[in-house]
Parts: sequence; structure tokens; C-alpha cells
Amino acid sequence: MQNNIQLTKELFEPISVDLRQAEEIKRPSLSFWADAWRRLKMNKVAMASLIFIIVLLLCAIFIPILSSNDYFTTDLAGKNKKPSAEHWFGTDDLGRDMFVRVWYGARISLEVGIAAAIVDLIIGIIWGGIAGFYGGKVDEVMMRIADILFAVPYLLVVILLMVVMPPGVGTIIIALTITGWIGMARIVRGQILQLKSQEFVLAARSLGADSKRLIFKHLIPNTLGPIIVTLSLTIPSAIFAESFLSFIGLGVAAPIASWGTMSNEGLPAMKYYPWRLMFPAIFISITMLAFNLLGDGIRDAVDPRLRK
Amino acid sequence: MIRYLGKRILFMIISLFLIITVTFFLMHSIPGGPFTSEKNVPDEIKKSLEAYYGIDKPIGEQYVDYLKRVITWDLGPSFSEKSSTVNDVINRGFPVSAHLGLQAIAIAITGGITLGVIAALRHNKWQDYSAMVIAVLGLSVPSFILAAFYQYFFAIKWGLFPIAKWETFEHTVLPSFALSALPMAFIARLTRSNMIEVLAQDYIKTAKAKGLNTIVITVKHAVRNALLPVITYLGPLTAGILTGTFVIERIFGVPGLGREFVLSITNRDYTVIMGTTVFYSIILIVMVLLVDIAYTIVDPRIKLSDAGKE
Repeated sequence: MQNNIQLTKELFEPISVDLRQAEEIKRPSLSFWADAWRRLKMNKVAMASLIFIIVLLLCAIFIPILSSNDYFTTDLAGKNKKPSAEHWFGTDDLGRDMFVRVWYGARISLEVGIAAAIVDLIIGIIWGGIAGFYGGKVDEVMMRIADILFAVPYLLVVILLMVVMPPGVGTIIIALTITGWIGMARIVRGQILQLKSQEFVLAARSLGADSKRLIFKHLIPNTLGPIIVTLSLTIPSAIFAESFLSFIGLGVAAPIASWGTMSNEGLPAMKYYPWRLMFPAIFISITMLAFNLLGDGIRDAVDPRLRK
Repeated sequence: MIRYLGKRILFMIISLFLIITVTFFLMHSIPGGPFTSEKNVPDEIKKSLEAYYGIDKPIGEQYVDYLKRVITWDLGPSFSEKSSTVNDVINRGFPVSAHLGLQAIAIAITGGITLGVIAALRHNKWQDYSAMVIAVLGLSVPSFILAAFYQYFFAIKWGLFPIAKWETFEHTVLPSFALSALPMAFIARLTRSNMIEVLAQDYIKTAKAKGLNTIVITVKHAVRNALLPVITYLGPLTAGILTGTFVIERIFGVPGLGREFVLSITNRDYTVIMGTTVFYSIILIVMVLLVDIAYTIVDPRIKLSDAGKE
């Protein structure tokens, strides 16, 4: 091989090594959550969903209080009225104002969704945390119990419990959480199994941290990413289950109505009074959509592989 | 493998036993028997009715009786339909539900995989976005709303399909599509994310470098591997379809087991509720096991053993 270029010493010069430059941090230093929040904020769809959910929450709290109509007063002369200035969403077959009933339904759906998710979260973290942390026999026994419960079909158990227990929001929450926590427990356990052999745990342990401190101060905070993702997808599935139960006639008792109950009542009248089905249907769908899109957004935001 | 299977089947039996036990005691914890709703029944008749159905015995004995009967697949009489047994109800309703369910599963799998593959091949283009909009809508709109929507437009407004009942093939179209929406959306999302991952792998690059055309790469190399995780979804898919039939059959007036189940809940027909729950549980638990086994057959990399679990 021939090389025509003459390499002389003058062509080279040493670069001054600036050690400080090597240490310089190019990007602003962000904590995990600050970064996740920053990325979530860039996701327009997720932010729109978040804003929608906040507005929905506020409306569910305040509209039933402020409205001049209420959800239980019947008016047989004014039944099945079309949407008008007086009744924005029309009236149902007993002349009750649909607008206020829809917002009452929002209260129930959100209450059920959020409460079920929180109960799942608490039981799941404790169960999964203990099983994953102690391992061995404890883990074996605890996860076998979870496996057996997990094999029991979820909605069938819920239906069975709803048949037996008195109707009401509390019953729905209990029924939904009785096997609902298992998914969360499995995720927490899997994460903790991975984390507990890492050096920072050894360091904390050698500094004298006890098990409780290790689990709740060191391990659980590091599993928060997957936990939050699971949580954000538990809420819509609980709302969905509630509307499903109400639809097959196992929901809250009259005169309170959830979106599922209202859809159920509106269905036979669909042909002549479509608004009685339309409004609750639209509200369930959009709420589910917002929670699902927000959940997707959160999942992307806490996934370090998608960091830009 | 055999040890693992044995263990799985053991757990399956424990789960089933648990379901039967819980179902039995829950149903018996309800105040009032199945004959309390009948008015003006003389005490002697009530007594003899209870003796006839064996519900005058102590609860422990009844429980053992019930277990024995479940093992021999005799689920007892229906209390609200005096002439038929729970077995009759299941035999009558299940073929219809299975027909509807299989049709929905076929739509869900073909539709879901097609959407997912298209979305992955056109990643971050309009095709991807529209497929994912369809998928997220499918996940968000409850099936009973979708069903009502179909009825309103396809049956009432445009008259393309019959609105309800279960007679000809046309009658099966709307219920099948309404039932398949949720699992289809799920499969589409699952396929898409797996496809995207597979398409980024080195062996796809190799295939491209060899000069294979896109169709061969997609069909022979990518889709095959991307579909593996979809198989694991078949267990939950069956569960979704089963519970979906509860509302879909009610809305479309399909005389299937799902509607019978919901009716038995409304009528508080406890033996039917119990029998159907046990029946559904068996189907679901066996399905999940079969799917696990199928998965190891399709993907030889996965070994079903305790050692590889953690």
C-alpha cells in the first residue's frame, strides 16, 4: 500500500486536557420523576387526558351541589323530555334530570375506580414486597396463594360476591379488589427480586438498616415506575368493571345511578329517546379513553428506553 | 416438564375446589331459601319441596352431596325453571355461546394481527396512528355501548342487519363484531409492540442484506416471532369473550349461556348461578393451562420448569 501523505511531527499538537470539562454535565440534572414529568408534559395527548380527568373530577364534585335540579326528584308529567335549556341532557323515564344524574354517575365511577386502585395498590405492595424481599419459603407460600386466587376467574368472583352482598358502592369496591390486587403484588415482587441483590441494598444493610426500612425506604421507591403504570391502568379497568356490573343489574341501588345503570335503563328506549343512552355512553367512553391514554403516556414517560 | 405440569394440574384442581366451595357457601349464606319468594305455599308443601331438593339437610351434608354431584357432572335442578336442570340450561345455551364466541375470536385474531402488523410496518406514519386510534377506542368503549351503537346504526337507521334474535348468519354478524372489539384492540397493540421489537433485531437486517423482499421478511421472519406473545393472550382472550357474552347476548337477544347466566342472577336462581360459575371456571382454568402448554410447543426456547421461572 502506498501512502503519499508525509506525516511530520508538526502536523500534530497536543490538546490541552481540561479535566473540569470531562466532569461537566451537559444536560440539566433531573431526578427520575422530574424527567418523567418533563416527558409526560411533552406528550400532548396524555396532557389533554390529564386535564380532562381533572375537569371531570371537579365537575363530578361541584355540579351536583350547584345545580338547581337533583338526581332523584321524579316528574311523571315531564318524562322522556328532549334535551332543552331546562334539562340540558333531557329527562329519563321517571322525569329525572339526566344532566345531574350523569354527574352523579361520574362521582360513582370515579369513586369506584380510584378506591379500587388504591386498595389494590396497598395490598399488592405489602404482599408482593414481603414475598419478594424474604424469598424462599415465605415467597413460595405467598405466591402460591396468589396463583390459586389468580386462577379464579375475576369477573365471575365479582359477580358472585355482588349477588350475595347488599348492593352499594362499598360492595363493588370490595368485590373488585378481592382478586384485583394480585397483578400488583406480582409486579412488585418481580421488581423487588431484581433489586434486592443490588449493591445499594447491601450498602444499606451493612449500615444497619432493618427489613422494614429496606423494603419501604429503598426497595419500594425504586419500583414506583411499574407500580404507577399498573395503577394508571387499574383505574379504567375498575371503572369498566363497575359499568359492566351495573349494566347486568348488579350495581348501585336506585335512586342512585352509575353510568352503567343509566345505559342499562336507556337501552330499551334507544330507538325513541336516544339521548337517554347517548349521554352516559359518551361519558363512559371518553372517561375510559382519557384514563387509557394517560396510562399509555405515563408508561412511556417512565420507560428509560424511550428517553430522548 | 412433567413435574411442572403435575404441579400446575394440582393447583388447577385446588383452584377449582376453592371456587366450588366458595360458591356453595356464598349461595347458602343468603337469607331465605329458593322457595321463600313463593307466596301462600302451605308448610307441608314447602317441607316436601325442600326434602325433594335435599335442602333440609345440614349444610355440611349438602356440601358433600354437592361436591359428589359436581364430580359426576350433575349440577342439580333449576329452581326458577322447574322442568329443567342446570345441565339442560348449559347444554341448551353453551353451543350458541360457543358459536358466537368462536366467530368473535376469529374476527379478533385476524383483525387484530392485521392492524398490528400494518401499524408496525408503517411505524410513526399515518397508518400506525390510525390503527392505534382504532385500538385505543376498542379498549375504551365498553362492549355494551358498542353493541347499542351497532344496533342503532346498522339495524335501525340503515337496516343492513337484523337488530336481534339468533336465526340466520346475518343475525350473527353484529353480535360477533361487537364481542370481538375489545380482544381485537388488545391483540393489535400486542402485535404492534412485538413487531416493532422484532423488526429492529439483527436477523431482520441479515435477511434484508441477503436481498429478501419485504413480504418474505415480514411474513416468514418477523410475524412468526412477533406472534409468540400473542399466544399467551389466548387464555385471557377466552375469559374476555366469555364475560363479554353476558352483555352481548342480553342486548342482541341471543339464547346463549351468557344470557341465561345474567337471567339467573336477576332471578336469583342459585343453582343455575352456581352451576354456570363452576362450568365457566373449568373452561377458563383449562384454557389457561392449554395455552401455557401450547406456548412451549410453539416456542422451544421456553422451558416450563421451576428452575427457569425466576
